[in-house]
Amino acid sequence: MVFLIKIQLREDYSNLIFYLSPLVAVTLTLFFGSFIFLILDLSPIESFKIFFISPISNSYGISELFVKATPLAIIALGLSYCFKNNIYNIGAEGQLTMGAIFGGGIGLLFNDSTSVFLLPLMILFGAIGGAFWATIPAILKIKFNTNEILTSLMLTYVALFILDYFVVGPWKDPAGYGLPKSMPFPDAGRLPVLIDGLRVHIGVYFALIICLITYVIYNKTLFGFKLKVTGLSSKASQYAGFKYKNLIFYTFIISGVCAGLAGLFEVSGPIGLLYRDISPNYGFTAIIVAFLGRLNPFGIILSSLLIALTYLGAEDAQLFLKIPSAVGFVFQGLVLFFLLGTDFLNKYKVFIK
Amino acid sequence: MQSIVEFKNIFKSYPGVMANEDVSFNIKEQSIHAILGENGAGKSTLVKILYGHVKPDSGEILINSDLSIINSPSTAKNLGINMVFQHFSLFESLTVAENLILGMNENISLSKLKDKSKTICDKYGFNLNLNSPISSLSVGQRQSVEIVRSLLNNPKILIMDEPTSVLTPDEISKLFKILKNLVRDGLTVIFISHKLEEIINLSDYVTIMRNGKVVSTISTQNEDPDTLGYKMLGYKVSKAKQVSDIKFSHEIFNIKNLSTQSKDPFAINLNEIELSLKKGQILGIAGVAGNGQKELMEILLNENDYEFSGDIIFKDLNINNLSTFQRKSLSISYVTEERLGHSAVPEMSLSENIFLSMNHKSEFKKGDFINFEKINSYASDVIKNFNVDTPSFNVKAGKLSGGNLQKFIIGREIMSNPELLILSQPTWGIDAGSEAFIKKTIVELSQKGVSIIIISHDLDELLEVCHQISVLYEGSLSNPLKVEDINITKLGKYMGGLFD
Repeated sequence: MVFLIKIQLREDYSNLIFYLSPLVAVTLTLFFGSFIFLILDLSPIESFKIFFISPISNSYGISELFVKATPLAIIALGLSYCFKNNIYNIGAEGQLTMGAIFGGGIGLLFNDSTSVFLLPLMILFGAIGGAFWATIPAILKIKFNTNEILTSLMLTYVALFILDYFVVGPWKDPAGYGLPKSMPFPDAGRLPVLIDGLRVHIGVYFALIICLITYVIYNKTLFGFKLKVTGLSSKASQYAGFKYKNLIFYTFIISGVCAGLAGLFEVSGPIGLLYRDISPNYGFTAIIVAFLGRLNPFGIILSSLLIALTYLGAEDAQLFLKIPSAVGFVFQGLVLFFLLGTDFLNKYKVFIK
Repeated sequence: MQSIVEFKNIFKSYPGVMANEDVSFNIKEQSIHAILGENGAGKSTLVKILYGHVKPDSGEILINSDLSIINSPSTAKNLGINMVFQHFSLFESLTVAENLILGMNENISLSKLKDKSKTICDKYGFNLNLNSPISSLSVGQRQSVEIVRSLLNNPKILIMDEPTSVLTPDEISKLFKILKNLVRDGLTVIFISHKLEEIINLSDYVTIMRNGKVVSTISTQNEDPDTLGYKMLGYKVSKAKQVSDIKFSHEIFNIKNLSTQSKDPFAINLNEIELSLKKGQILGIAGVAGNGQKELMEILLNENDYEFSGDIIFKDLNINNLSTFQRKSLSISYVTEERLGHSAVPEMSLSENIFLSMNHKSEFKKGDFINFEKINSYASDVIKNFNVDTPSFNVKAGKLSGGNLQKFIIGREIMSNPELLILSQPTWGIDAGSEAFIKKTIVELSQKGVSIIIISHDLDELLEVCHQISVLYEGSLSNPLKVEDINITKLGKYMGGLFD
């Protein structure tokens, strides 16, 4: 007996389920996640409490949630432009790093400045740095039709090595006991916090503003319309007279700017200087955030909070449950896996005959 | 004569449609049996059930009075049923003989197969060189390869799905002669078509289907195209009538010495194309598919910066280097062959699909923002003026039937008041009612002074609406023939490449 698995496109592809599938994915993740805890001989309910509830049970925890969600949301909002356009920019981590180098570099250059213009200048250069790094895969794609997934990903490692070079080389803090880190930025180069004593910073406002602008662009403007058409059908986009190459360029620039901003906010906000590990893979995790948020700007804000929680939960789990913090990444992976699965099953019917 | 196939109460449904509903009829041995119906009437589903390609929901098929469960094409082949599909499945870079041996179930040496094929070719008059690669063959010859491949399996029943849609008139009459000879030697042919005349010429019996049901099965002897057409549709369709013998004044569009040298080995190179179109004139470009229509349309649309030499002139302006967007802004409109995914996006609403093609118009924009109010009212007008059957402009384009969507697309372009309208296969695959409406609209449009180019494989359509017809053959365009003094023999010669 031969079993043949047949996959068929559904004609009655449901929009409602498309927007509900993140919830399904999260539920499945919790369900299968409880097995992980069982295997580790831990009570799933207790573990979930430590993982998902105790991290945000006080004001410090909630502030930390926003600290993590801010870069995720900003990067994911930027990435959504690329993904809507069927351009797979996987290199946000590198663009983030370049933003941190450019913007942070300005902070180190004017390290005795007290000017109110220092921070805006750093933000500007952060954006420029991210955009610059995103331009490279964009131009390679436009001129030579290279695969942007590969080029943007590989450029991430280049950016990380460049940061490495600066923090162990020219920008190393002479008073830093030889550690691979820069001097701290001057106070004028630090991102203001929202509430004294907590780390949550004005990057939150940027995330919300970018979210609103993105919503308007997607729903009201010609540019948003171009992205939508191109994402759905490249031939229809040509018929409409849209220039795909321009769209590749602009969407890369936008996502580069966003990632660069996120990088600068990290170093001038919570961190306050440049060193090797400025980002716990925000650039990669934001890919999950973007898809979990259905490339919808408000959805991205929600999903960024959820994924931020997995970061916090992982830290607490390491502390209180004595399990590796990598469990956080396992949860992120599970969410993405189940999301892709539900999307697939919503779009296609699978049956055995 | 005894029945070789008996369909008994076949049912097959797809989400939202009943493709076959209680289909029962018999096919007599050694006859040519046509299945007639509009697009979507359920003809293809039925023969795919017979060929084991589609599983019916319920019902029985009797072959030679034996109940047969045909659950795969290989079972069908074992029962002596073979099928030639509308779209061929041949390997372009392999030779005819190599393609033939790939279709064989039994083990046979290439030389033996060549002998066997040669016998079949000689006996029935297939003009095939077994050693030529498929890529060098015409569409008609490719079809011959498919038929010979089927005949090598010694079939009892041969199913042919719309076999004439890709052939020249000359090739069609050759094919009919071959099929008649095959039937004389014992074969039964099931022939799917929506062309009335050829069914009467070729077949002995015809089963007429409408909306998945059998209307009747009759002998073709006492039928003519009008009576048969009425039975197929259930209503009468009036023909569009182009006014001939008009004196056209000034030239609005012309192409001078247009040639291409493509690097793509499967593309057809266009060869010194000359074309001239006057205000209010309709020029048809006929020809068998794959003779450069796609390439010509690409150049007219200029979506991909297709390289060419020569000049394209619209109202004394050279538009060679103008983009699609710029050409549209000059009031040239296009309707492409593919509706879904090219001239319309199925996942987007009708309103959004208006803006898809009209985004060059400033009235639909406020700066960088979209003016949805204006677009919606334009969409409503298109729906009203062009009889588009849909509840609202918010409906997704993919939900419309082919005919409705085509009326919407053509209406969208016409409402923008183009001076030149370029249509590719405007009535391909749509219902007869929409087809008649579109033809009538095109004729009326030309009378208002709009110049129109129609690229089509459907000769009847071109003869009905055009003033002049040119034929495209292997990238060369013939001189235009006036429709009022065209005869079909001459057109057939042109389609085979014999220009004057």
